[in-house]
Amino acid sequence: MVLTRMRASGPMVAKQGILLAFVVFLIVFTFASDRFLTVENFLSVFRQAAIIGIMALGVTIVVIGGNLDLSVGSMLSFATVLVVDLHDKIGPELAIVVMIAATLCLGAVNGFLVGILRLNSLIVTLGMLSAIQGFVLIYSGGQNVDIVDQAGTWFRFFGRGAVLGIATPIVMFIGLALIFNVIMSMMPFGRKVYAVGGNPTAASFSGVPRSRIVFVTYLISALCVALAAIVLGSRVMGSQNNVGQGYELQVLAAVILGGTSLLGGAGSILKTVLGVLMLAFIQNGLILMGQPYYTQWLVTWVVIIVAVWLDVAAKRGKLFSPIA
Amino acid sequence: MSALRSIGPLRWLIRNPIWGFVLLVFVFFSIASDHFFDFRNFQNIMVQTSTIGLIALGMTLVMINGNIDLSVGATLALAAAFAVDVQSWAAFATWGNWQILPAVCMALLVGILIGALNGIIVWKTGVDAFIVTLGAMLGVRGLVFVYTGEQSFYAMNFAYSDFSYSSVGPVPSLALIFILCTIAVHILLSRTVHGRNTYAVGGNREAAVNAGIRVGPHMVWNFMLLGFLAALAGVALSTQMGAATPNLGRDYELWTITAVVLGGTKLTGGKGDIIGTFGGVLAIGILRNGMNLMQVPGFYVYVILGSILIAVLFLDKQFNRRSKGEIRV
Repeated sequence: MVLTRMRASGPMVAKQGILLAFVVFLIVFTFASDRFLTVENFLSVFRQAAIIGIMALGVTIVVIGGNLDLSVGSMLSFATVLVVDLHDKIGPELAIVVMIAATLCLGAVNGFLVGILRLNSLIVTLGMLSAIQGFVLIYSGGQNVDIVDQAGTWFRFFGRGAVLGIATPIVMFIGLALIFNVIMSMMPFGRKVYAVGGNPTAASFSGVPRSRIVFVTYLISALCVALAAIVLGSRVMGSQNNVGQGYELQVLAAVILGGTSLLGGAGSILKTVLGVLMLAFIQNGLILMGQPYYTQWLVTWVVIIVAVWLDVAAKRGKLFSPIA
Repeated sequence: MSALRSIGPLRWLIRNPIWGFVLLVFVFFSIASDHFFDFRNFQNIMVQTSTIGLIALGMTLVMINGNIDLSVGATLALAAAFAVDVQSWAAFATWGNWQILPAVCMALLVGILIGALNGIIVWKTGVDAFIVTLGAMLGVRGLVFVYTGEQSFYAMNFAYSDFSYSSVGPVPSLALIFILCTIAVHILLSRTVHGRNTYAVGGNREAAVNAGIRVGPHMVWNFMLLGFLAALAGVALSTQMGAATPNLGRDYELWTITAVVLGGTKLTGGKGDIIGTFGGVLAIGILRNGMNLMQVPGFYVYVILGSILIAVLFLDKQFNRRSKGEIRV
């Protein structure tokens, strides 16, 4: 009985499970705290989520292409330290240009190793995580960096400014999400990424340049990290040399929560935005309820596993795995 | 080591390239540094590597199964917190040095339970181990912070921290534990039915099911073994520090996976062994120690390790492509 019901409701749960869970969380938090359902609070959650969100957009595209990117955390440290350090030396405009170029180079290394040489993306980006962290430490000499003239520079616009009354990080996050959504769902490039992630061999035989597509997904991921670094650097006006440590996991958690399959070929940008917001609202809601900060990680643990479980269960039509 | 005699040292080295690398860095540092080639330093290296080494042993089995466990660092921290905290519980106040016993047992039990939980979730839900243990990595770390209240615990019983300085003959106790575990897990993997099944499950899960192996429980056992070893590593590390901090074991999952992959274990499962993993662990240990002695800033170790990891992957791919004749498209 349970199984048949599961099968009937399965596709619905699989498609909208994350949305349902999201709504349930919002309702629970609304009742638990009277400060939760306010415009101010929602905007502040969006703002906090923007950095992880921007990175998650790029990682989603890499994952849809059938690969992983664990190096985004170290890359964020690298980009933030670079842009903050160069800001006072060569000015904000040049600093941003140099930083984006340098970060794209790191993305190109990832893309070359995974796309062209076809090495395992988990290990490659793990190695890059370690190597880039080393670069940051060597570059900064283990020191933290900061911007001296914090009030006078226009660089503050990205983290502390606003466009039409809406904080810039939110505008960047939503804008990028919309752009990438159009690219992924309506443009030939997006369809090719899905094709490569779904079945690389079939994609190759259909004339999709597999190596080049994977290479470009890593460039996009690096670009997203660079933009996130601008927001982070501008908001903090300084940077620790390991500021991005652990971000890769939160980013990946958001992507997975958004229903993107780690096997590749499935997922969507807008669902990732939902995943990012859900993690941010869990954190915000629990803190407003007076729970210790780290409770959110426990809740995240349960939410991730249940969300993916339901997804997997709906696809196979059975709640439990048939493995003996 | 019987393998050594049957195929000759040179071919053995080609099959286990990481040992060639170990030999290389060993010789290099022996010549380049004045203080490297010294028995006291070797003792040091063994103690330093014991923590990552213990976890890497269990990780090898889980990875041969075709799974992965990212939660080992958090498990280590939770076990260490229990090991240090339980000693000072009022219930054991009159036990003298024996109060360490329930504390260590408790820590190991916690490790086994987390391993079992991961394993059962992987088995029953069919969710990829990467996702399950990624969740556990965050969740267990959260447990550590909630349990410790974001404080460090200090071992009140000095016998606990003294243990890390003790040695049996010329071999430090912690190193001895590591070596004994290495031998035990090596025998488990290469001489027992469980070990055969480990390769079978990782090589071809369908075939393993058809051959009558109970794949689910088998994977749970391996996760439990890994949880146990991670907890043991937590105890070992906390005896060295005489304390347990909530951030203990951060990034250890990365170091251990690096060590295991350097040792030739495949992420896709079905291939790998303990001799290789031991080599991988030693390579990292010698590299860190040697560069330390040569006063190279610690930063460079990250870069070198990352590069070596990718280089090993690249070389491995080249060798395999030649032998397998992979379809090129």
